[in-house]
Amino acid sequence: MDFLRPATLAEALAAKAERPEAVPLAGGTDVMVELNFDHRRPAALLDLTRIAELAGWATHDDTVRLGAGVPYTRVITELGDELPGLAMAARTVGSPQIRNRGTVGGNLGAASPAGDTHPVLLATGARVEVASVRGTRMIPADEFYVGVKKHALAPDELIVAVHLPVAAGPQQFAKVGTRNAMVIAVCSFAVALDPRRRRAGAAIGSAGPTPRRASDAEEFLAGELPWDAPAPLGDAVRRRFGELVAEAAAPIDDVRGTAEYRRHALAVLARRTLGWAWQDYLGGRRTCA
Amino acid sequence: MRVNVTVNGEARQADDVWEGESLLFVLRERLGLPGSKNACEQGECGSCTVYLDGTPVCACLVAAGQAEGREVRTVEGLAEGDRLDPVQQSFVDAGAVQCGFCTPGLVIAAHDLLNRVPNPGDEEIREALAGNLCRCTGYEKILEAVRAVAR
Ligand SMILES: Cc1cc2nc3c(=O)[nH]c(=O)nc-3n(C[C@H](O)[C@H](O)[C@H](O)COP(=O)(O)OP(=O)(O)OC[C@H]3O[C@@H](n4cnc5c(N)ncnc54)[C@H](O)[C@@H]3O)c2cc1C
Ligand code: FES
Ligand code: FES
Repeated sequence: MDFLRPATLAEALAAKAERPEAVPLAGGTDVMVELNFDHRRPAALLDLTRIAELAGWATHDDTVRLGAGVPYTRVITELGDELPGLAMAARTVGSPQIRNRGTVGGNLGAASPAGDTHPVLLATGARVEVASVRGTRMIPADEFYVGVKKHALAPDELIVAVHLPVAAGPQQFAKVGTRNAMVIAVCSFAVALDPRRRRAGAAIGSAGPTPRRASDAEEFLAGELPWDAPAPLGDAVRRRFGELVAEAAAPIDDVRGTAEYRRHALAVLARRTLGWAWQDYLGGRRTCA
Repeated sequence: MRVNVTVNGEARQADDVWEGESLLFVLRERLGLPGSKNACEQGECGSCTVYLDGTPVCACLVAAGQAEGREVRTVEGLAEGDRLDPVQQSFVDAGAVQCGFCTPGLVIAAHDLLNRVPNPGDEEIREALAGNLCRCTGYEKILEAVRAVAR
């Protein structure tokens, strides 16, 4: 096995072009488990942790460009205002030790249907910046997840950053697990409201072969929310929203839960998170007025 | 490959390190520092927790090569000579140690919390220690030990 240690992004891309089989290594919280348990014996590891270009974030024109190598702990402590949904999801990942190392880039690289950041990336309309020696391209989150643990990257490409709009309204993320720390989601859900554009994003995790958006639920919600004359939400809207979210899921029975339970739980998560988000919106509007 | 790393303030070198090897293996088997424990090798138990450049991490999930040129502080590096760090002493005083297997990891996690938050509430303590499993104590004594240093 080789251990490749590029110092710059250009070097990393050159190495990946030359050795497409090399496995990128960011926080290592997924990769090292596989190595420790002999589940994987790659010909080479490509350590990305020395690359300054992946280690920071910046805001331009209401968009946060979040480097692929920024650990969750920094998302939580530095980006809670700009990216509340992502910060909430980051807060539910593993333990402090895992959050100190694990990255959004690694979550995308692993592309597990249960990855906590995915519903947020989908609900907020994030785009994934990927690069190779051939150039850079942007992949909308919708098009990034292509199968169970499969993503849209070419073998010579690396994830460089994720572009997320600065939150224009309330966002929520919630996950169901068997206890409140250190669990993989049984199912998860994110909602993002954008009052200016009158848009609502909604996406589910761990309830299908890939994370996915609940498009019908999004459209329904955008049409039903009393954006201009904000008032508490009726129960009927929240329930219908929950139903549509559950219908968008394609869960399976597995050790963590049955398909039926997942569908039910998603409807509940959707109802509740919408309630919290709308409450935020009402509260925010009141203080503005 | 050869890995150079500063451990507990001392420049150390390990040779013949396999490229997929963990920092934990290097610390225990090559550098003779058995304080950090190897239990699950999958980030679940926290027994292997060490500081890497000042941040607590699971040493079993860090590739040795990633630690090249960096600073590691293990539980062995907390005491000053014969004087235990206050967190270590508090674990002893509170009886927060039974078999002791989880203790080094918990001590590092608690040490880090108290550095960041000198006077944490119970919720903060619980969250900070959520990545460290203990099979013996039932956690009450561990919480007591941390509270005692905070006071
Ligand atoms: C104990 C434990 C608990 C966990 N709990 C959770 C949880 O609650 N929620 C959750 O979502 N995840 C959880 N995880 C999984 C893991 O922590 C996350 O998926 C994390 O985001 C991975 O990030 P990383 O930087 O450690 O990735 P790595 O392990 O370094 O890499 C993960 C994958 O992405 C690829 N990759 C990394 N960076 C890039 C890049 N820039 N370009 C292309 N490919 C790349 C790697 O080759 C690999 O295939 C847990 C893991 C452990 C060990
Ligand atoms: S041995 Fe590293 S977390 Fe268990
Ligand atoms: S004291 Fe035995 S595992 Fe914690």
